[in-house]
Amino acid sequence: MSEFSVIGRRLPKVNSWAHLTGEARYADDLFLPRMLYGRVLRSTRPHARIRRVDTGRALAYPGVVAVVTGADMPEKMGIMPSTQDETALAVDRVRYVGEPVAAVAALDEDIAFDALSLIQVDYEDLEPIFTIEEALEREDVKIHDEAKRANVFKEVHLSFGDLEGGFAAADHVRDDWFFFEGNTHAPIESHSAVASYGPDDKLTLWTATQVPHYLHRELEKVLGLPRSRIRVIATPNGGAFGGKSDPFGHEFAAALLSIRTRRPVKITLDREEVFYAHRGRHPVKMRIRTGVKKDGEITAVHYQSWLDGGAYASYGIATTYYTGALLTVTYRIPAYKFDGVRVYTNKPPCGPKRGHGTTQPRYGFECQIDKIAEDLDLDPLEYRKKILQPANSRTVNDLRITSMGLGECLDALQRSTRYSERRGQLGRGKGIGLAGSAYISGAGLPIYWNEMPHSGAEIRIDRGGGVTVMCGTSEIGQGSDNMLASVAAEALGVMPADVHVVSGDTSLAPVDLGSYSSRVTFMAGNAVRDAAMKLRALLVAAAAEKLEVPADRLLSAYGRIYDRDDPSKFIAFADAAVLAESKHGTLVAAGSYKPPKGIGGSFKGAGVGPTPAYSYQAAVAEVTVDMDTGMVTVDKVTTAHDCGRALNPANVEGQVEGSAYMGYGEIIGEEQVFRGGLHKKPSLLDYKIPTSLDTPVLEAIVVESVDAEGPFGAKEAGEGPLNPVIPAIANAVYDAIGVRFDETPITAEKILTALGKRDRRGEQKTRIGPDGLDTGKADPKRALRRLTASTDARERKRPN
Amino acid sequence: MLRLPRFRLVEPRSYGEAAQLLAENGAGALDRSKGTPTLRVMLVAGGTDLFPNMKRRQFTPEVLISLARVRDASGIQRNGHLDISAGTTLSAIAHDPGIRERSTALAEAAEVVSTPQLRNMGTIGGNICLDTRCNWYDQSLFWRTAEGFCMKTNPDVVCRVATSSPRCLAVASADTVPALLVLGATVHFEDAEGGRDVALSELYREDGIRPMAMRQDEVLTDITLPEADGWRSTYLKMRDRNSFDFPVAAVAAAVRWDGTRVSEARVAITALGSRPQLVEDAARPLVGTTLDDVTIALAAEAVHKAARPLDNTSGTISQRKRAALVLTERALRSLRPA
Amino acid sequence: MTKQLLTLRVNGEPRTIAADSHHTLLEVLREELGLTGTKHGCELGECGACTVLVDGVPVLACLTLPALVGDADVTTVEGLANGAGAGAPGREATLHPLQIAFAEEGAAQCGYCTPGMLMTAKALLDTTARPTRAQIASAISGNLCRCTGYTAIYEAIEKAASRA
Repeated sequence: MSEFSVIGRRLPKVNSWAHLTGEARYADDLFLPRMLYGRVLRSTRPHARIRRVDTGRALAYPGVVAVVTGADMPEKMGIMPSTQDETALAVDRVRYVGEPVAAVAALDEDIAFDALSLIQVDYEDLEPIFTIEEALEREDVKIHDEAKRANVFKEVHLSFGDLEGGFAAADHVRDDWFFFEGNTHAPIESHSAVASYGPDDKLTLWTATQVPHYLHRELEKVLGLPRSRIRVIATPNGGAFGGKSDPFGHEFAAALLSIRTRRPVKITLDREEVFYAHRGRHPVKMRIRTGVKKDGEITAVHYQSWLDGGAYASYGIATTYYTGALLTVTYRIPAYKFDGVRVYTNKPPCGPKRGHGTTQPRYGFECQIDKIAEDLDLDPLEYRKKILQPANSRTVNDLRITSMGLGECLDALQRSTRYSERRGQLGRGKGIGLAGSAYISGAGLPIYWNEMPHSGAEIRIDRGGGVTVMCGTSEIGQGSDNMLASVAAEALGVMPADVHVVSGDTSLAPVDLGSYSSRVTFMAGNAVRDAAMKLRALLVAAAAEKLEVPADRLLSAYGRIYDRDDPSKFIAFADAAVLAESKHGTLVAAGSYKPPKGIGGSFKGAGVGPTPAYSYQAAVAEVTVDMDTGMVTVDKVTTAHDCGRALNPANVEGQVEGSAYMGYGEIIGEEQVFRGGLHKKPSLLDYKIPTSLDTPVLEAIVVESVDAEGPFGAKEAGEGPLNPVIPAIANAVYDAIGVRFDETPITAEKILTALGKRDRRGEQKTRIGPDGLDTGKADPKRALRRLTASTDARERKRPN
Repeated sequence: MLRLPRFRLVEPRSYGEAAQLLAENGAGALDRSKGTPTLRVMLVAGGTDLFPNMKRRQFTPEVLISLARVRDASGIQRNGHLDISAGTTLSAIAHDPGIRERSTALAEAAEVVSTPQLRNMGTIGGNICLDTRCNWYDQSLFWRTAEGFCMKTNPDVVCRVATSSPRCLAVASADTVPALLVLGATVHFEDAEGGRDVALSELYREDGIRPMAMRQDEVLTDITLPEADGWRSTYLKMRDRNSFDFPVAAVAAAVRWDGTRVSEARVAITALGSRPQLVEDAARPLVGTTLDDVTIALAAEAVHKAARPLDNTSGTISQRKRAALVLTERALRSLRPA
Repeated sequence: MTKQLLTLRVNGEPRTIAADSHHTLLEVLREELGLTGTKHGCELGECGACTVLVDGVPVLACLTLPALVGDADVTTVEGLANGAGAGAPGREATLHPLQIAFAEEGAAQCGYCTPGMLMTAKALLDTTARPTRAQIASAISGNLCRCTGYTAIYEAIEKAASRA
């Protein structure tokens, strides 16, 4: 019998019923009395100065109540306090097509839509920059005047161990370039915010956000309204995946429009606008040099990345560090150098998408590990097992490793898929591939410097034995409300269905930093457990007195507190609550969590990478390549994931499967790409998120390493499992057709090119990918011609 | 929420009434008051193509004539030939056992249009009249404003796909059309005066703006397929995803077997140019053969030659050209006697 | 703006409302009838989130004009529970087997595609009592889910079918 009554059981999520009956209230489902409808006017130019914004005609349009522009909120904002380079609405310059410029509030949405076309914006086009290389080289064009070198947003250089010695000692050095194409989250729910500024001069903002607390801070800064007068309520997010973790222009616009009109204002983005809001996966070029001994032991790794950040910072500083930080936590690396550069380009800002910054390097590195195994004639699975970073160790870049289940993941995969026997044996066009990975269970540091808890929780027990958990976490579909209820229920001895959860509300719940970096289970889980254990002690003490049994013999489960040695001696949870409240007063307890000190180094840049615990995972992909059409079918993905302990196995499997699905989409067809400054596919028809008929058979294997510090041993499950899927598929395609895909996505065009079937010349390739940076081609004259062309294009008429 | 522009909805009960309403509301007249010229009156059946286009403001008609309430607008009748009313849903066609058995290409094509929901709503008539598509055109008003519009909506602007092109290069994308072409379909139109029959193969032309030789005051009412004795047919579609997506290359093929030899053959393609078309050069070599590999290769080569994809859909030009060739080979091979 | 008087039969209840004639069934359900259970992800027929049943057939509310629905029965997720809307004793709403199975299997993560997915699944089970996995995959191929990878949804639909 399990030691737990809740943990480890496949219980329905506490918020399932609302989801399944249509009763869940997402932001756009809110309709308040006197509510106005807002819409956002967006830039039609990739890079331009705003000479003038004329809102007169729009304001005069019947039914329009208010219009706001960038000049109304000129305060800089952004998620990372050190790199705030955005304004809620563009002030005097636009930097990407789709950037918010103005917003209207009207009696209905039809009027708001019509009114947008009446706002006149006078633009003066500036030369746009669209590629990493141009951004690096063009000193004469500055997307942000503050950039010190060309259009470099951030440059990072970190070195650990004896790199030169490492390479000198190597028997074999691989030097590979990779490119990872950008892609976006595409949650089915588009962003939506409802603001209501009341007669008490208080603002309430209901919004689909992953970070109510950080948004709370930014609202104060931009609106000049004290935080004490602002309440942010994160509504259930209809999917987020990182895409709702920045403060967004429409949130501020709704707030300001509500302040101006003293009426509730709702702004819901349409699908196309979601592609412009973006903050998705950065396109990254990478070079990885790895030295190994004959037996495969790694002697040194030099990893370089160039990130295309788009027009603004977003989480970019963290993303940049993340591309280099976590390569060291899976396999033993004695010497490591990381160089990272993130540049600005005139495209929607990139930010954190599931696997934040670690997905791209993990793809490159796991493809390279596969190549090294081949070079050394080693089985890729056995090879990975041989070079594992040990549990309870420190990496070369001073990251503390605790529980580490990658070896178990690899063993589980071998048992389930018979990878080692099947590799190379499936026949031409069929392949099997493997990759490993790791991820954090929450960032070791908050995004703004402070000594406060990362997560706080409050639990109240009422006189009927009802338990209410309050925690600032944002429910984005990952199951955080259910996690809070489950941890509290387990600790107190009730069932999750008896727990009320109040989450994501800055007024009612203690701060939790937000649903990002896979931090919620570990951090909020520990905070709730902390609070619950305090209350449990009171209840157990009261029960012990009543039952005349020593407190340490009492257990609590299923709504009872009972004698371990004689379960017929028990007291109902509700009765214990009455006794405890009689004795101690109102039953409320707070708990909090902050990662321990010493989990990372102390060098500059050491803030990104540490976590209280790393999750580990590995995936095996099985593919079929149509040798005539170039179409790739991924038949199956099996993912083994070390989540510490599965608090609810059904939900862990759901996260693992969902991650595999999303990773599959990223390598097979999804791409956030542009033609000039215009998004090429800003719709769910053209941006190819996989349907049920495309998605591979997905199998999830849960590996439990039981982390000593996690709540009941748990670690993250929501992001890491995406990472290995992408290189596993690339490695499977190699196994199928002998072509290395050193860039994503793998398209039919690229397969045909490699197979020599693209044209009649029939030239074959064994590798598709970049050979270096495409530098030295930035020709100012050519660029100037392009600017003229891009300006002319809008006017381009047919010759008579 | 992206909303429809305002319009006035009229709901005729018969095709004659619909044609009358078209004429009364100035069929074919352009309203130039809305920035981009737009037809003043339009027909709508299932709405699965027109409504998204209207939401993106590619069309902003003042009057919409819905065919949803036209009596007897849907149904499949068999009396020697096959008569399909234009308002029959794609689901009904895909699920009809007779069509599946005797006009297989049509059932297969109807079954791979978009999604189950859209097939429940979309009609065969609507699919035949599907607007040509282009990724410079099937974009929102905002996007097209940023781009500066294109020839298809604004005749005085260049084609964005090939700026020197004298014509619009938008792509024919209806799945059922090549199937109907190889099955020898005839379509029936009604107007306020009467009606006419047109061979489907005569209906389309190489023009992305006006892809059909159909007058603006006509209503498509019926599709007729001749007796299918001895014919075998199939439809193969290349797309990125196995649902939702329009074809990026598609081939329909039909052959009539006389003993062990092909006595008649038709091959049609779509999504590879502005016009869905029968490829005569592909069909001709098939006649009199047993569909041996060499013959099939000749036919596939002819399709490859006829396919003229441009960079205005998903996929790439070379990939789609190659797909045309491969799909032809596969389609023809599948038509060999079991 | 032209408002039209509409009488719709939604979840078994006759509802008369005045709505703008260019507003879709989706907009009318959510904004005029307060039935916000029906979601929207694209409003262009590209995601399936707004799937409702019209006379038992799954259609997209975002591309349906309410005027053309006529006297057909419209069923939304709010009407999925058996007897939903009924208040008489013994007619209390009981959850549909699909709702229970979705909860048990964790088939709703963020829950946003769920109402549309449930309606599609109901139509499938109403016509095919024991669908195969391939039939389920085809049936839900017009409903995008961004969270689950569809696996749990298949399992939930199979489970609901097995209990019917």
